[in-house]
Amino acid sequence: MKPFAALLDRLIYTPSRNAKVALIAEYFRQAPDPDRGWGLAALTGGLDFKGVKAGTVRGLAMERVDPTLFAWSYDFVGDLAETTALIWPERLSNRAWPGLSEVVDRLSGAQRSEAPEIVADWLDTLDATGRWALLKLITGGLRVGVSARLAKVALAAYADAEPAEIEELWHGLEPPYTELFAWLDGDGPRPSLEDKPVFRPAMLAHPLEEGEIAGLDAAAYVAEWKWDGIRVQISSRGGETRLYSRTGDDIGRAFPDVLDHVTFEGVLDGELLVVIEGEVRPFNELQQRLNRKTVTGAMLKKYPAFVRLYDILFDGREDLRALAFSERRNRLEGFYARAAPRRMDVSQVVEFRDLAELEALRVSSRGTATEGLMLKRQDSPYVAGRPKGLWYKWKRGPLTLDTVLMYAQRGHGKRSSFYSDFTFGAWRSSPETGEDEVVPVGKAYFGFTDEDLKHLDKWVRDHTLHRYGPVREVERGLVLEVAFDSVHRSPRHKSGVAMRFPRIARIRWDKPPGEADRLETLERLIE
Amino acid sequence: MTAPKPESWIEVRPTGLYVRPGDFHVDPTRAVGRAVITHGHADHARAGHAAVAATAETLAIMAVRYGAEPEQAKQALLPGAMLSIGDVSVTLYPAGHVLGSAQVLLEHKGSRVVVSGDYKRRQDPTCAPFEPVPCDVFVTEATFGLPVFRHPDDRDEIAKLLNSVRMFPDRCHVIGAYALGKAQRMIALLREAGWDRPIYLHGALQNLCDLYRAHGVDLGDLRPATAGQKGVPRDDFKGEIVLAPPSAIADRWGRRLPDPVVCMASGWMRVRQRAKQRGVELPLIISDHADWDELLQTVEDVDAPEVWITHGREEALVHAITATGRRARALSMVGYDEEEGA
Ligand SMILES: [Zn+2]
Ligand SMILES: [Zn+2]
Repeated sequence: MKPFAALLDRLIYTPSRNAKVALIAEYFRQAPDPDRGWGLAALTGGLDFKGVKAGTVRGLAMERVDPTLFAWSYDFVGDLAETTALIWPERLSNRAWPGLSEVVDRLSGAQRSEAPEIVADWLDTLDATGRWALLKLITGGLRVGVSARLAKVALAAYADAEPAEIEELWHGLEPPYTELFAWLDGDGPRPSLEDKPVFRPAMLAHPLEEGEIAGLDAAAYVAEWKWDGIRVQISSRGGETRLYSRTGDDIGRAFPDVLDHVTFEGVLDGELLVVIEGEVRPFNELQQRLNRKTVTGAMLKKYPAFVRLYDILFDGREDLRALAFSERRNRLEGFYARAAPRRMDVSQVVEFRDLAELEALRVSSRGTATEGLMLKRQDSPYVAGRPKGLWYKWKRGPLTLDTVLMYAQRGHGKRSSFYSDFTFGAWRSSPETGEDEVVPVGKAYFGFTDEDLKHLDKWVRDHTLHRYGPVREVERGLVLEVAFDSVHRSPRHKSGVAMRFPRIARIRWDKPPGEADRLETLERLIE
Repeated sequence: MTAPKPESWIEVRPTGLYVRPGDFHVDPTRAVGRAVITHGHADHARAGHAAVAATAETLAIMAVRYGAEPEQAKQALLPGAMLSIGDVSVTLYPAGHVLGSAQVLLEHKGSRVVVSGDYKRRQDPTCAPFEPVPCDVFVTEATFGLPVFRHPDDRDEIAKLLNSVRMFPDRCHVIGAYALGKAQRMIALLREAGWDRPIYLHGALQNLCDLYRAHGVDLGDLRPATAGQKGVPRDDFKGEIVLAPPSAIADRWGRRLPDPVVCMASGWMRVRQRAKQRGVELPLIISDHADWDELLQTVEDVDAPEVWITHGREEALVHAITATGRRARALSMVGYDEEEGA
């Protein structure tokens, strides 16, 4: 438990991805088996303790601590698990800390009614950091800013392996991943994937840069629409089917409407969309179904899911990844005709004579549920990662808006002495007073050079109105031209709209803020 | 004859704690005629008093901060030596907070009041340890007056820091530490833990480190963390430890540091949200104040039937002291800073 507690305690404060990877890799070096495997499971969201809830924790604290003092402390600290961890009366104890595997074993084997006593006993043994980590672990949700993907990247870094190799094995394995660690340490064979619907690392596209277009041998490529949903992989084998995001997260539980009808074996690559009566709905509607563990009947009805198939990696158990794209495409069409899967279709090939025609198609596609075009070399095998020269995404030019800088926040790591996260707004007339005001429409922390950043930072420091911790509110005096891919309605934002993928395109030092755009202009761009 | 009640001769004024029969203040929050000063932190030791009595170290610290103040009458007091001011005898005892820090024992017609200023109970290589002084009223602060504040062993915190330095050899560890007390204690603790490389200092820390050395505190090899080329991080700081006032780290000064791990040494670092808000990447829970257990233990040690609490989380401490059968009262004084030296 000690290395794991120390790890969580560092991760929660560590903003940089590289530093997180280094910390987790160090943990895999320090912690013994099978503890480190359980630690890996906790970081990848694979642990769930049912018997211990926030109420249990509060109850335990109340037995040990003056309730008035607890209430004041909770007010001050703001987090129940942390308050309990900090306030728990310490006893001098020479007992050894429980290992992570002991925690998992005892809690999963215990009756619900026994859990509080077991936990209290551990709290008596641990120190404040240990208590905090234990309570975070067993009440669910570590929230230390580590995705499952990052934990696997760190595991790869630990073993000097390719993340794709771990990804490929991942979904066939279970905590505490002892065979996986043994293989990575060179102490065992590669774990077998027979009969398991595992994730196969996805092939990704490069953005097509302006300068590359002319040199492209158009005849070697096939074009498809780039649909505006999320890339997914359907993997089915041995009677089990999984739906994975392109990073290998299992998102299937929220999409029974796609998975329940799968009767085939194979691995397919496609775009998850909301489709109603043959029409692809805006991304915003798909958003309603993402990041959920379960889904209601009403949601299934209102936002029915659908997969538009791009590629086939396995037909049955036959691995097709080494074949050329054009051959896989034939196999995909053949498979589709044979299996006739419900809530799926095959992505259309876009016919074109030359790049000029393709360009015209790309530009005219605004207002459809696409983000632009995909170009895939006809002879490209299916290669994990982002290989050069095989697949391109050719997005439509972004939308832009002239906005007014409102707030700036200090960055992290190398940028920690710079104000580098910018919130910007558009003009509107205030619903209360009728006077013109700036209302926030988005936030961006990239799109500018280091040189720009120095100037922005200086401007922020020289024009501060208020300071709130790491945030400064600035005078409405600087116009930022912001580029973004699309805009949609969002009741969660004060302005009622949210941009997709905003970045700073230009700093308009020259432009008077009064001439920046109005909110109505942005609202007209909603698709 | 029974001794007068403490509240009959000591009062809380907007200027601070006023001792009427001696016509002086203890740690006044603005310039007054005569002041007894517990220690050199800026919120306790202000400039401009006509007459000041304090330890020689505190007077020296004030001279570094405010210049010579030639108009001012100064009286250096040795710990344990009694001074009469009007109808009050004043004796200083070590408070264990920073170099020269003292508690003030005030005696008037048999009534004994100890004003403790800021204090801590942990061992600190840079100053004399706290001495409990029995009294009728113990006056204490309550910066960490909640039971969530329990400072861990400072050696474990230093080990955490050195472990991080080892893990990230290409980065520089910059520690936010207040100029008086915390900075020197951090250096001394690092030396105790065996860190014998040079430690680099922001310019604002230099004078007080020199003063500590002049008072016999060994701080080892200290070097100025001066800029290299303007705005270009100094590569030779990789793997090194740099100390700076917390405000400087977020400022442009911080840019000379190569990919810094921002650390902060303070009792506030016990609460994660506080550490996160300040953009700290490695919090070090090292405080020059008493934690919750030590506040209560100190009240037991001085065995005062009554406790006055100047500022901080007063209501919680009043609640806990009252529960032990003593009287406790919140003075709710304003003008004391809860960050400096915390
Ligand atoms: Zn102080
Ligand atoms: Zn103070």
